[in-house]
Amino acid sequence: MAGLELLSDQGYRLDGRKASELRKVQARMGVFAQADGSAYLEQGNTKALAVVYGPHEIRGSRSRALHDRAVINCQYSMATFSTAERKRRPHGDRKSTEMSLHLKQTFEAAVMTQLYPRSQIDIYVKILQSDGGNYSVCVNAATLAVIDAGIPMRDYVCACTVGFVDETPLADLCYAEESGGVSSLALALLPRGGQIALLQMDARLHQDHLETLIEAAMTACKGVSKVLDEVVRQHLQEVSVLTGE
Amino acid sequence: MKDTPLCNCERDFLLKAIEEKKRLDGRQTYDYRKIKITFGTDYGCCFVDLGKTRVMAQVSCELVAPKDNRPNEGIMFFNVELSPMASPAFEQGRQSELSVKLNRQLERCLRNSKCIDTESLCVVSGEKVWQIRVDVHMLNHDGNLMDAVSIAAITALCHFRRPDVGIQGDEVTVYSPEERDPIPLSIYHMPISVSFSFFQEGTYLLVDPCEREERVMDGLLMIAMNKHREICSIQSSGGIMLLKEQVMRCSKIASVKVSEITELINKALENDKKARKAGGRCGFAESMPQERITALKKDKTAVEMTDVSERANEIVQKAEALPQTVPSPVVPVPGVGQVGQGPQNTWGLDEEEDEEDSDEEQEEQVTKMEEEHSENKEESRGGEVVEISDSEEEEVVILHPEKPDRTPKNTGSTSHQKVAASSKKRTKK
Repeated sequence: MAGLELLSDQGYRLDGRKASELRKVQARMGVFAQADGSAYLEQGNTKALAVVYGPHEIRGSRSRALHDRAVINCQYSMATFSTAERKRRPHGDRKSTEMSLHLKQTFEAAVMTQLYPRSQIDIYVKILQSDGGNYSVCVNAATLAVIDAGIPMRDYVCACTVGFVDETPLADLCYAEESGGVSSLALALLPRGGQIALLQMDARLHQDHLETLIEAAMTACKGVSKVLDEVVRQHLQEVSVLTGE
Repeated sequence: MKDTPLCNCERDFLLKAIEEKKRLDGRQTYDYRKIKITFGTDYGCCFVDLGKTRVMAQVSCELVAPKDNRPNEGIMFFNVELSPMASPAFEQGRQSELSVKLNRQLERCLRNSKCIDTESLCVVSGEKVWQIRVDVHMLNHDGNLMDAVSIAAITALCHFRRPDVGIQGDEVTVYSPEERDPIPLSIYHMPISVSFSFFQEGTYLLVDPCEREERVMDGLLMIAMNKHREICSIQSSGGIMLLKEQVMRCSKIASVKVSEITELINKALENDKKARKAGGRCGFAESMPQERITALKKDKTAVEMTDVSERANEIVQKAEALPQTVPSPVVPVPGVGQVGQGPQNTWGLDEEEDEEDSDEEQEEQVTKMEEEHSENKEESRGGEVVEISDSEEEEVVILHPEKPDRTPKNTGSTSHQKVAASSKKRTKK
């Protein structure tokens, strides 16, 4: 788009951030009593709610059970009021089915599923307000929820989107930037080993720039993981005070 | 119907083979299967064979009202159809995970990379635009559907011609192909997807996995690129952990593969153009009488023929000469005869000999038993033996030390006696 200047000459973005600056991340764990694990996460103006049930017995058709590991069942939905135009279907269209698939794939890589053979773990994620980076916000929220449920994971899974404008990678895109025709890359990372659980990229980008973009995404993800770690530690402190230990 | 599961033996075999850098069809790690592109009689119809994987793409168009937020852009619509005829695992009517994945990946590969100029598809701004519909059907599933789908879709789009439109005032006329030549779509670049499969936690990497390999793989990485080395989309799937270095390596391999495939597509398009210009029978119709429509048709396979006759001679020379032929008729033993040529017949001869042997043995045993009887008598006469028990074994044991001085007439060895004793026992029982 010609109209929008995504990166000013002074190096500032539309919402006043620097190129590699993340949006403010705020999160709470254990927001529901009913679920085994739950979390609420805000990343700038994108807000997501994640709920985890399980591991429990397989529900529905028993043939889905895997003899050596747990099945992960993900459902992604967007609240009808989450976008500027009211959404007709909260879930079930192609895009959200795909998003559910990607979430499932991410958590299959991260959760130690082999500890729970013949069982199922449900992860439900809902976007309450959408302002870009839906996938990454969902992954971050779901990670907290899985941790809250006490399901062992190899590492935190942190996700972040990165765009590429004027030879500069922009971390954590907002909606205006995402829709502005920037080539964007979403990456879910297990920060300790530097392993990529999911990599997805849209739009054109020259091969030579790929490395810098992945590099920038990995740094951004590591930043997110620090914030998540802090949230988990704080939550544990609060809980241990409540239980009187 | 659910797919028949792969047995553990086969799984282990495949993984072992991959570890040794071998593949079922004899390809190298980074090799593609043979790609073949054929066109239908109509514009915008194409078949792609990738080894035994076979897909068909058909492009069609119609005039529709544009979307509200994009009043002067044409609409692209992609649909990947997994019909049960390609594989029993595909179910009719239901959107499976695979079909969502393929559909979205194709959309991302072709629409989001803006390879087609959608603004040129506008007829009347805000009222009428062309909707281009790409339908891809699976005809046979032998792995790596995504690559076949992307090649088929982009080739069909390149091959497609839409009817020309004339505007006079408010009137829009769509001309038939007879009135005016149809117009090709304007295509900026050709994104082609290349799939990489990972095995054993990402240790091994294969390009263009076949169906068997897809079943044992841990994860898949699809990279869509064009020949200008621009990446149009990347998608990883399956629960694998990738490292950055692996992604970079894959992107390098992909750029090589993509340039090869693009060349192939261009050549196929050119050939088809020539054939159409010549006015002969072309496209799919031409392949009908030759019975090349089935998926499992036999392709000519190249066989190393340079030194065949020499090797055959060598084998003949090295081979052992046949045993001497016997003149006919032959009667080796009474009751057995042989007529005709060939080596001597040994049938029936061995058996008779065996019988004779056993007869002799029996006779021997009888004589020995008699001998032993006499021995026993001697023993009892001597009175040196304290007890004569019922057990035959003990008798034998007692006999041994006294044998040299008391049995001068027994010339048989001790082992013979033992045999005799045991045989006696057998006969008693």
